[in-house]
Amino acid sequence: MPKLLGDLNPGQSGFVRGVGGEAGIRHRLLEMGLTRGTLVSVVRVAPLGDPVELQLRGYRLSVRKSEAATVHIEAT
Amino acid sequence: MSVRPADVSAVSATVHRIAIAGNPNSGKTSLFNQLTGLRYIVANYPGVTVEKREGRLLGSGIILVDLPGIYSLSARSPDEAISRDVLLGLLNGESRPDAVLVVIDASNLERNLYLATQLIEFGMRVVVACNLMDEVEARGERIDCELLSRELGVPVIPTVARSGRGLDELRRALMGGSIVPHSRHSLELPLEIDRCVEKIASDLTSSGATTCCVSRSAALLWMTDYLSGDATGRAASRRLVAQVPPALAEEMARTAEELNEAESDIAAAIIEARYRHVSQIVSRVRVQRSGGDALPRKASIRDRVDSVVTHRIYGFGVFVVVMGLLFLSIFSWAEPLMGMIESVQALCVSAVRVWVPDGLLQSLLADGIINGVGSVVVFFPQICILFLFLSILEDSGYMARAAFLMDRLMSRVGLHGRSFIPLLSSYACAIPGIMATRTIENRRDRLTTILIAPLMSCSARLPVYLILIAAVYGDRLWLKTGVMLGLYLLGTVTALLMAVVFKKTLLRGPRPTFIMELPPYRLPQARVIVRTMWDRSKQFLTGAGTTIVAACIVIWALGYFPRMDVADLSQEVVAQLAELDGAPLGVDERDHILAGAQLRQSWLGRLGHLIEPTIEPLGYDWRIGIGILSSFLAREVFVGTMGITFSIGATDDASDMLRDKLAAATRADGRPLFTPRVATGLMVFYVLACQCVSTLAVTRRETGSWKWPALMFGYMTVLAYSAALAINQLGAAVGWA
Repeated sequence: MPKLLGDLNPGQSGFVRGVGGEAGIRHRLLEMGLTRGTLVSVVRVAPLGDPVELQLRGYRLSVRKSEAATVHIEAT
Repeated sequence: MSVRPADVSAVSATVHRIAIAGNPNSGKTSLFNQLTGLRYIVANYPGVTVEKREGRLLGSGIILVDLPGIYSLSARSPDEAISRDVLLGLLNGESRPDAVLVVIDASNLERNLYLATQLIEFGMRVVVACNLMDEVEARGERIDCELLSRELGVPVIPTVARSGRGLDELRRALMGGSIVPHSRHSLELPLEIDRCVEKIASDLTSSGATTCCVSRSAALLWMTDYLSGDATGRAASRRLVAQVPPALAEEMARTAEELNEAESDIAAAIIEARYRHVSQIVSRVRVQRSGGDALPRKASIRDRVDSVVTHRIYGFGVFVVVMGLLFLSIFSWAEPLMGMIESVQALCVSAVRVWVPDGLLQSLLADGIINGVGSVVVFFPQICILFLFLSILEDSGYMARAAFLMDRLMSRVGLHGRSFIPLLSSYACAIPGIMATRTIENRRDRLTTILIAPLMSCSARLPVYLILIAAVYGDRLWLKTGVMLGLYLLGTVTALLMAVVFKKTLLRGPRPTFIMELPPYRLPQARVIVRTMWDRSKQFLTGAGTTIVAACIVIWALGYFPRMDVADLSQEVVAQLAELDGAPLGVDERDHILAGAQLRQSWLGRLGHLIEPTIEPLGYDWRIGIGILSSFLAREVFVGTMGITFSIGATDDASDMLRDKLAAATRADGRPLFTPRVATGLMVFYVLACQCVSTLAVTRRETGSWKWPALMFGYMTVLAYSAALAINQLGAAVGWA
């Protein structure tokens, strides 16, 4: 079932189906590797509740929840 | 089109300048240090504070240029734009590098190859250093560099920068003539997009601005930049096609936009196509050891550290300890060194007083030049220690965690998590704080942080607070503590409010984003850290230092001229001195009365009188005016100036005598000058006013223009004046003494 990356809890993962949001930020997220079909998992959420730490393509990326909410994923 | 054609005929042409490009955290700078043997020079690119480091490749005449880390050629921040512009030869006054050394993090191959393939397709001579191979091996993986070299069509050298592995091979590859320009286009795009790219590429070619072998790459880059929609992207896309006739550029834009509407998002499709291409390469060259899907050993150590460092409770514990150490180091560890510098300064002054006869030259040397140089050098230990700390935090990977931890708080006022450390450092001194903003990538965030940093109550305000609180609040400890706390809070709250104001007005931009890599922890290398610390501290001495020394000499001159004979001084002073003649007073007391009298009739004193009408509504008289004027050099000067103006001997910060003098000072009509209302207003003035030439000089240096320090000075002066005015007028209205 399609979901948003922002809805995942730490430990959960899914495949990217597409990135929405504003073009500039969308392209940045894509260039960082969040392209369709990429497996991405949520490692942890920062102590104050934002941002989140993601694992993808063998490295760790941190984005705010508002950015994570633009990434559509297919939960595994 | 300003991108120069790849010169295929000149394969063996000599290579003079090689740029080093790569992702942040790929070990690029480490490799640069090794290749140059740490013998390089640091400068800034004109107009921006992006470090420009150039050094000679050991054993050759080739110049290496280390560029700021970038993730792709579509630069979204001005700092990244510098890297891209240097690589593509778009920067004014700089020719395109003859070759590019692309450093890739082998343990993070996919994302790193994204940039590498972009650069290769541009038809540049490229050598790839496949760095951090040890981390890959520790994971139980292997990368077939020969195969990767064939796939990419350029030399690929496996390296480990910190141990020196592969460096000789890399050096040979860079010096040898084997670097050939190459522009293989393996990027498979959807048909419609491909047609559009070809159309734009042929437009570029036909305009004569480029040759066929790079026009396709230029077209791809131009399209992604143009369609990204934000201002930086559009500006970058315009620079790329600067030499194309406007009519043609318009047509290209039309072509791209039409297709973008029909095909939803072509820029995204291009990015995805490149990642597909890169993933295919990676799947071929990366060999996992049999049974190698076991969890990477290194990552698990990292996870254990991270589970503490970014823990809800322990994480903040670690953070508080690190920040505490940082704070302590600037506040107190630098103290002995600063004390030493001050003693040396005092020694020089007394030497000058002994060896140089009384008069202009003595005063210029002692009070102007030595004082000016001293006020620069005295910050040097603080700055060195801060940069040492910051380099360790940055290189080890903790800085990214600190930003991760604090981002939520900082985002409330529209800032980035990385703004926290500079602001905290500014409690000690705004100068290192402003210099620490270099880790903030986004220019608007960085400027906002710089602009509000001087509002954090720095240590130089402390003596002013102490003497004024002591003068009017007497011995009531709770009240004194409360006032002090209030002053610090006022500065902090104003800083945060001003951040909101700047982010909503002048520095308004697209919704702030936080897309930041959390790099693995790595042990920083001592040599590199010390070198970085030295480079940055030296920039402070040479960059801001000259301005500060010049300003000190100007203020000295204003306070020295015009000089009068003792006999020409006012009757009152002459009488006062005559009275003292018989009294058993030291020479010092006499000198101070004379100095006070001279200061009063100097240009500075006259300026004090001149501005009296403007500060009258604040409840100040001309004597406080002199204090305010002279403390534009540095706030702590206020205490010394008050000492001279009120003609007393000792000018120690906590001097009881000065405190009593201030408390007893009266106006012409006999009313006390420093009432609680006036003193509080004055302290608030000192919280908010930008009275620090050094801060302004550093801001000029870090922003590359006088516009920002002017704005800083302007808005803070307005804030300070209005707040002091409000306190005095409203206070008087409600009958506050």
